[in-house]
This record gives sequence, C-alpha cells and structure tokens, in this order.
Amino acid sequence: MNYLADVGALARKDLLLELRARDTLPAMLLFVVSALVVFHFVLPAGSSDLAATGLLWVALLFTALLGLSRAFAAEREQGVIDGLVLAPSDRSAIWLGKALSILAFLALAELIALPAFALFFRHIDGTLIGGVALADVGIAAVGTLLAAMAAASRARELLLPLLFLPLAIPIVVGGVGASVADDPARYLGLLGLYDALFAIICWASFEYVVTE
Amino acid sequence: MSTWSRNNRLPALATLALTLTAAAIALIFFYAPLDEDGLNQKIFYFHVPIAFTAYGCFAWGGWKALRHLWKGEEGADLESYVAIHLGVIFGVLTLVTGSIWARYRWGHWWVWSEDQLVLFLVLFLFYCAYFMLRFSVPPGPQRANLSAVYALFGVVLIPVSVLAIRLSERFIHPVAFDKGGPNMAGSQFFTFCVSCAAMFSLAATLYNLELVGKRLDMRLRELREALQ
Repeated sequence: MNYLADVGALARKDLLLELRARDTLPAMLLFVVSALVVFHFVLPAGSSDLAATGLLWVALLFTALLGLSRAFAAEREQGVIDGLVLAPSDRSAIWLGKALSILAFLALAELIALPAFALFFRHIDGTLIGGVALADVGIAAVGTLLAAMAAASRARELLLPLLFLPLAIPIVVGGVGASVADDPARYLGLLGLYDALFAIICWASFEYVVTE
Repeated sequence: MSTWSRNNRLPALATLALTLTAAAIALIFFYAPLDEDGLNQKIFYFHVPIAFTAYGCFAWGGWKALRHLWKGEEGADLESYVAIHLGVIFGVLTLVTGSIWARYRWGHWWVWSEDQLVLFLVLFLFYCAYFMLRFSVPPGPQRANLSAVYALFGVVLIPVSVLAIRLSERFIHPVAFDKGGPNMAGSQFFTFCVSCAAMFSLAATLYNLELVGKRLDMRLRELREALQ
C-alpha cells in the first residue's frame, strides 16, 4: 500500500526529528506536571475529587495545545511544507502522518500525566483512560488540521487556541462525563462519534488547507 | 436571471421584509393572546425566529463554503462570508433576547441549563475565531480555502455540540430543569410563523444588501488597479 507507506514515512520523520532535537515532548511533560502542581494550589481544602478530575482535563487540553502549536514549526521554518505538497502522494497523507505523530506525543505525555494525577489527587479507572484515549484521537485529528491553518496565517501560534477551544468543547464534555458520570458509555459514544465525524472531514479537507 | 429581476430583487425583498415585520409586530402585540407568563412571553416571538434565522445563515454559509471547495464556484467565498457575518449578528441578538427571557422567566441573566443559550455561546466563540482566521490570512485563494474549511467545521460542530450540551446537563445539573411551558394555541402558532417569515426575509434582504455593497467594492478596486 503506497498511501500507508507515505503516511508511515511522514510519521517516522516527525518522531525521528523529535528524537534528535527533543524540543516538543520535554516541554509538554514539564508543562503537564507543572499544571498539576498549580492545580493543587487552585483547589481549596475539602473540595471534591470530581473538581480535580475536571482540572485534569484542562491540563490535558492545554498540554495538547502546547504540542500542537509546534506541530508545523519545522515545516514552516525550512519551507518543507512546499516540498511535501509537491511530492507525488496524496496530500491527506501529510495530515495523517502528522496526526499520528501528535497522537504519539500525546500518549507519551499522558503516560507521565495520568500516574502523576493518580499520585497527587485520586485513583484513575478504566473509563477515564478510555476517555483520554478517545479524546486524544479527536484532539490529534482536529488539532493537526487547525495547526496547519494557523501556520498559514499571520497570527500563527496566537490563533491556534482560538480556533481549537470552541471545537474542543464536545471533547471536554465527553471526557469529563466519561470520568465522573455514573453512565460513562454514552460519553465514550459521544467521543467516538466526534472522532469519526471530524477525522473524516479533516481527512477530506486537508488538501485545501495546504494548496491554493 | 433576467435583468429585471436582478435589478429589482433587492427593493422587492426589502418591501417584503418591511411588510412582514410590520405584520409580525402587529400580530404579536394585538392578536396573539397573553398566556400565564404575561407580557414577558412576547419575547418568544422574537427570540426563537432570530435563533432559527441564525441557524439558517450558518447553514447557508456552510453550503456556500462546500460549493467553493467542491465546485470552485466563483464568488461563493464572499457569499459564505456574508452569510456567516449575518449569522453572527443574529446569533448575538439570540444571546441578548435569550438572556432577557431567562431573566424574566428564571430570575437570572444567564442559565447554563438553557441548551440554546449555551449552544449559541459556543457558536459565537467559534465564528469569532472564523473572523480572526479570515482576517489574519492575506486576501486570495488561500484565505478563501481556509475560511471555507473552517466554515464546514462549524456545520458539523452544531449537531455535535447540541448532543454534547444535552449530555453535559446530566452531570452539571442532576435535576432536570422543568420547562414544560404551555402548548401553543393556533393563534400563537400563526403569529410565530409570521415572525419567522419576517426574520427570514429581513436576513435575506440584509444578505443581498451586503453582497451588493461588497461586490461594488471589489469592482471599484479592480477598476482602480486597472487605471494605475
């Protein structure tokens, strides 16, 4: 499969770059742990565990934003994006490759963040982890496309949170619901629906974002 | 399209909008009966049609964005932008009228349990970001493409947000808000329909008016560039 080979090559390029330069992932890790420490001081004594769970989602969302704002930095600075667009492959492969590498960064960041949360605040259960996994897919899919949009604009990193947060509200509802509600299934369903819908629309429309 | 209908569409639409709006106001205040909420309930005839019109504008903007991406239709980008611009104006009016209604109905200017209000707040933030995006990209094909893709996101976001906001009530407000209002009488429903028609025709008039202005602006700029 030619398409999958292209996607794999692009994702590997991002992971290799990160392995050599190490400029995004350490920042995400440090940010998410610092955010959790700040949240300890934000919560007044005696506030419920549920509030802490809500704050975990704030930390995850902003950590993702931090990673996403650097997603197309290398492509932009070196003019790589023009080369990628000219390459004889489907443009959506660029999106899929980048989304996969972002997904890997998110998963690695959460590998530290979730145990840290369990250590500092409360135990975590399977539905919370399931919610985080499903939310990651949506964040990576939508965030990658929006990061490409923001990279094309004058405002660059400034624009990304503005574009992303309104679109992330259903993710937050699904994620928080899956971690605190008594019937997590329907919230996981919402996250799955969101992932499917937005992955399709991002996959189909990425070409128009990078070409004129 | 014939020249006559092109030249006279705007005045005709404006006349229709004026007539329908006058009729709607007359019906609202002199024909529709008062219900148990008293005079406060009258804002319903403004709030709901304005909200429908805003949805209509967003949907039309999304449709034109799709036409732009799919068929490369000439001018669809401008039409999409104008529709979304109007949608945001009607969206703000929805927020304001909804807030007034909430104040008289439940005693607070803002109620998180009112799905429509929360949804319009989300949409308002989303479409404000649309303007930020549009005006931070230099005019040209790329601006048109980025705006169109983001506008399409909006059309998908509306139903997903409706679902999400419904679901969020279950953990934010465990007790469902009882809003079981009175059923609409026939005369109230008729008034409501006329109000809707008035708002739609008003939006169509404003849409065409803004398009005429924007197109004139573009032609003027082209002529100026040709002269230089």
